[in-house]
Amino acid sequence: MSSRTNQSLSPMQAAWRRLMRQRMNAWALGFLITLVLLCFIGPELSPYDQSQQDLELKATDPSRAHWLGTDPLGRDMLTRILHGGRVSLEVGLLATAVAVIIGVLYGMISGLAGGRTDATMMRIVDILYAFPFINFVILLMAIVGREFWLIFVAIGAVEWLTMARVVRGQVLALKNLEFIIAARACGAGFWHIVWKHLLPNVMGPVIIYASLTVPGVMLLEAALSFLGLGIQPPDASWGVLIREGANSMESYPWLLLYPGIFFSTTLLALNLLGDGLRDAFDPKSMSQQ
Amino acid sequence: MIRFILSRIVQGIIVIFAVITITFALSKMVPGGSVRSERFISKEAQKAQDEYYGLDKPWLAQLGLQFKHYATLNLPESYHYKGRGVDEIIASGFPVSAAVGGAALLIALAIGVPLGALAALRPNTLEDRTSTLAATLGICAPSMVMGPLIALLFGLKLRWFNASGWFDASDWVLPALTLGIIYSAYIARLMRGSLRETLAQEFIRTARAKGASEASVVFLHAMKLASLPVLNFLGPAAAGLLTGSFIVETVFQLPGLGQFFVSAAVNKDIPLTIALSTFFAALIVSFNLLVDILQAALNPRIRLQA
Repeated sequence: MSSRTNQSLSPMQAAWRRLMRQRMNAWALGFLITLVLLCFIGPELSPYDQSQQDLELKATDPSRAHWLGTDPLGRDMLTRILHGGRVSLEVGLLATAVAVIIGVLYGMISGLAGGRTDATMMRIVDILYAFPFINFVILLMAIVGREFWLIFVAIGAVEWLTMARVVRGQVLALKNLEFIIAARACGAGFWHIVWKHLLPNVMGPVIIYASLTVPGVMLLEAALSFLGLGIQPPDASWGVLIREGANSMESYPWLLLYPGIFFSTTLLALNLLGDGLRDAFDPKSMSQQ
Repeated sequence: MIRFILSRIVQGIIVIFAVITITFALSKMVPGGSVRSERFISKEAQKAQDEYYGLDKPWLAQLGLQFKHYATLNLPESYHYKGRGVDEIIASGFPVSAAVGGAALLIALAIGVPLGALAALRPNTLEDRTSTLAATLGICAPSMVMGPLIALLFGLKLRWFNASGWFDASDWVLPALTLGIIYSAYIARLMRGSLRETLAQEFIRTARAKGASEASVVFLHAMKLASLPVLNFLGPAAAGLLTGSFIVETVFQLPGLGQFFVSAAVNKDIPLTIALSTFFAALIVSFNLLVDILQAALNPRIRLQA
């Protein structure tokens, strides 16, 4: 540890420096920011609507007018991919938010309560790990309907288990440390301690696991949409586009390739960034470097 | 040890009955009846049908009936495939899923373990970078992208195998390859991380100090401990693979369990849905138990507690 250079840095700043020292992480972050901007602004700038059909143009090659060509219904592929990306990213972020909220609440309560309550709550999590949750999600989507809010709530409701474990472990480690005891001795109330002392210290691991949850969640959404149970056409997500591409891949393989490349690159960037964040925050992996 | 196994079996049975209850409750959220078809049928016929499937009883009694079916292993009939028991349907789909999944598991282990071990043994070399990159790419090419691409390349362009369907003896190859590559990526990553961590531990230094050969250090000492996270991952993964991947079975149009699950959910075939969820849960529970026992055998520091 070079204590001299790190002296004036907050832990957050030090972690940020460690993150950016790896060039791959910087690339991944840059790519993701660009992608988010493209997906949220691009469809507005495009001269086409994502579901606008032009039956004169059936699955054309990339051209000046349509940069990534058109699909068999004459819809502009680039607009559809960017619009689909927006839907996929929205589901990814919202479902992760649901998972974070449930996981943090559950883990906090379990860790703070301690004793028998804690043991019971964690045993429940252990048991829940053995549940075929994917089956439940598929069942829910098939029978209740395929609405946007249901997709991310259902996915979020199954992805919180690891988050709860992480938060609980962190709370257990923190709650008897001196600064918490000192705060209590000064007469700080329960909520003050939770809000001002526990939550900020739990956020680091939460951010790491959230960043590792996003690609998993996006994968699940794509799988549901691929099976026809998620986002419904003519609306698009990357799962929908990949399914449409797979159906016509023999004649028009690029309809599968383009959305596939976008999806895979995004997953790659998210995974790299998640790993990078873990390395940057986790003292255990720091010592290995 | 025996107490541990017994308590886990009891816990597993609780899980299975909880799965039955949740699946049943979810399927009761279906608007309208589940056996009712869109076509008009007379009141008498509807009543007779409801009675036949026990749908005239209150929900709790229906749930009790489900429990009884599973406790006595006398499984009900499917709504959609009239006259066929759900166990019969599982028995027809499971061999397909298990053949593909078993082959995929072997492929995943055969690629993933050596790749990850090689990367861990030569950290920060070209081999390490290449294998890490390959593993990351495998994780980022999900089955819904990889599957169609493999079908396109080997099935439609090269014509080495059928692109879809379950007709020839070689039809397991492409779906197993798709799943195997993806799972090998996860295994390689886990293997690399845990072997690197193990090799840095003190008992490895002790083994080296007493003059053990490098091969014996790696294979006898380190691998035993380093394989624990991989085993942990393999438990649920094996259960998922053997019961069939929803995506891969859709891409390659295999008549396996994964496909049945989606169609049963869409067709509102409640008995089949419950049966498939239960079967899947039972497999997860048994594989997890198996993994726990194996882990205790590999790592003397793990004590099994009830």
